[in-house]
Amino acid sequence: MMLEIGIEHYLTVAAMLFTLGVFGIFLNRKNVIIILLSVELILLSVNINLVAFSSFMGDMVGQVFTMLILTVAAAEASIGLAILVVYFRNRGTIAVEDIHLMKG
Amino acid sequence: MVVFSKNPVHSVLFLILAFFNAAGLFVLLGAEFVAMILVIVYVGAVAVMFLFVVMMLDINYTELRKGVQDYLPIGLLIGFILLVEMVFIVGGWSMTDGIATTITSATPPANEITNTDAIGRILYTDYVYLFQLAGLILLVAMIGAIVLTHRKRPGVKKQNIGEQVRRRRHEAFEAVDVKPGQGI
Repeated sequence: MMLEIGIEHYLTVAAMLFTLGVFGIFLNRKNVIIILLSVELILLSVNINLVAFSSFMGDMVGQVFTMLILTVAAAEASIGLAILVVYFRNRGTIAVEDIHLMKG
Repeated sequence: MVVFSKNPVHSVLFLILAFFNAAGLFVLLGAEFVAMILVIVYVGAVAVMFLFVVMMLDINYTELRKGVQDYLPIGLLIGFILLVEMVFIVGGWSMTDGIATTITSATPPANEITNTDAIGRILYTDYVYLFQLAGLILLVAMIGAIVLTHRKRPGVKKQNIGEQVRRRRHEAFEAVDVKPGQGI
């Protein structure tokens, strides 16, 4: 039996990725690196949605917006990692729960 | 796997795997340019940056995983609710009839011009402000990352060109009249 691959399958993959990303944020509340990776997963699922709709509706705009999201994701990752490095230099740990102890 | 693995290096490697899979899906969808950008930018730059930071910071990761058991039920609950909602949305969803009229820039036939060509034709004409905005975002991110992580270390010998140029003759050396037979 041949299965026709429709837009629903792509949307399902994106939904699963999104759920995994949100789940990862909840599961690894202490580890900032995993939280950043989860945010990347969520943005990837958004990209899959955009490209799927762009392809199935024959509209190129979705792919342009996908590239904008890629840019924003890369910028966000670099800034997040920079903040992480500075925080690690100051405190020697990356546990998120201690951040509320910061002053100044 | 990104979420569950104990070692963050494995997490990053599984994230790279996920990006490769997504790039394969994009190729299947006919968006070759975005797929290649995904591989180059993510696997080549972002994932390597994550690996670099994970390996550079010397962190006790087992201590960070202590709270995982506490958050497992609530995380599972929220993830399950989210997935069920999205399954409902995917199940009960259809395009309206007039949707074809809302297409702003239609995909040209693939046997005439390539995907990259088609993206370039609208990215540099209709969406040039968006393009400039993306460049601006990258610039701001670059400046921010440099400003955040740059630090002045004491005891590093660096060339200070302004100070070199500002030096005058009278402060650089002095002429001493040395009498014969005596030292300074």
